[in-house]
Amino acid sequence: MAKSDVKLIGAWPSPFVLRARIALNVKSVEYEFLQETLGSKSELLLKSNPVHKKIPVLLHHDKPICESLIIVEYIDEVWASGPSILPSDPYERAIARFWASYVDEKWFPAMKSIAVAQDDEARKAAVVQVAEGLALLEEAFQKISKGKSFFGGDHIGYLDIAFGGFLGWLRVTEGTGGIKLLNETKTPGLLKWADDFAAHPAVKDVLPDIGKLAEFSKVIVAKMRAAAAAPAK
Amino acid sequence: MAEVKLFRTWSSPFALRIVWALKLKDVPYDTIFEDLANKSSLLLQFNPVHKKVPVLVHNGKSVAESFVILEYIEETWKHNPLLPEDPYDRATARFWAKFGEEKVLLSIWEAFNSEGKEQEECIVKAKENLKYLEEELKGKKFFGGERIGFADIALGWLADYEGVFEEVASMKLIAEDEFPLLSEWKRTFADAPIIKENWPPRDKLVIKFQAIREASLLKKLGN
Repeated sequence: MAKSDVKLIGAWPSPFVLRARIALNVKSVEYEFLQETLGSKSELLLKSNPVHKKIPVLLHHDKPICESLIIVEYIDEVWASGPSILPSDPYERAIARFWASYVDEKWFPAMKSIAVAQDDEARKAAVVQVAEGLALLEEAFQKISKGKSFFGGDHIGYLDIAFGGFLGWLRVTEGTGGIKLLNETKTPGLLKWADDFAAHPAVKDVLPDIGKLAEFSKVIVAKMRAAAAAPAK
Repeated sequence: MAEVKLFRTWSSPFALRIVWALKLKDVPYDTIFEDLANKSSLLLQFNPVHKKVPVLVHNGKSVAESFVILEYIEETWKHNPLLPEDPYDRATARFWAKFGEEKVLLSIWEAFNSEGKEQEECIVKAKENLKYLEEELKGKKFFGGERIGFADIALGWLADYEGVFEEVASMKLIAEDEFPLLSEWKRTFADAPIIKENWPPRDKLVIKFQAIREASLLKKLGN
């Protein structure tokens, strides 16, 4: 398949874009990465995702697919001959989807709360929430991985990709806050998983450089905090 | 003992999606009605993370979150498919289901729980979202095409509950002239076999949502 058949509109810091890139890498799909200029949205992005105007957008034969986890499932279904991203058993697929949904709807918003916390008390409360979420994810990891390296077993799968997309931001949050969210006492499984995931061939070349991400996060967090502190209309 | 159990409440629109999916696929199941003010130990055991309905229990194994349950049902009972075969069409169905949940439902719920100027602004936002649904229905009977599909089930609450929200909150969102296709879809979906037999009693819904709205508005005044 020609490289130009598959394009991904994205940006290097986005955890959602990262999910799509890892999925494409798992399937060894060659694609053109169309990097958006931060702070502005290209014509192509606006045309391809008029509803949300957000990245990532996968363009396959010029047809757009939006929403990171929907893109990951699409990649899994189209390139079916490559290594499977979702497990084959319906119940295991449900478990993977359940936890991916948890990460998006509960855990990541709590992570963002750490960043936008207006004072120490709020920050501490947010950290507690994130830690509780990680405890649940640790328990899930122990059950799902069955002693193997990844949620997907020997290979990275849907939940590794869904959660792993946030690994860079998790590391930046740890660094900025001087906190160890993943640690040997509370999350030994995830602690090891994080290293294995980051080192995985499908991940290591697209995982953002933590130093670069930390610098970038300062800009983004400032924007988020300004938006959060703005008086309600 | 049936191997499929559904934990639900009489009023939950999320649980209703599962009722539709199971019945559309002819899957026999037992219903366990929950009182969310007094959750059963079984519910807490089967959905410890969220402690919510719906929960599907199949051969003793539980699945929670309505969209996750719908995909599980689709993959386990393959007849009368809810999703198309083509991956692009599947992605499209999932996209609209997610849009319905994250944008449409949220914006209508905000309009429902507000009044005066604030409600007017919420209504503007809600209608912007509804316009996308109107666009998507062009040339189609259902979001799924000729037959009810995944997106119709995800959006199905619009065909009944939304009317209740409009009545209780004294607002008009889906007007015939502004949203002709959506208005027609509402009628077609609400009246479809299986769907029409399973709507909860409207008068009870009105009472329930009146109480919810009053509580919300009261809470806002207290801030």
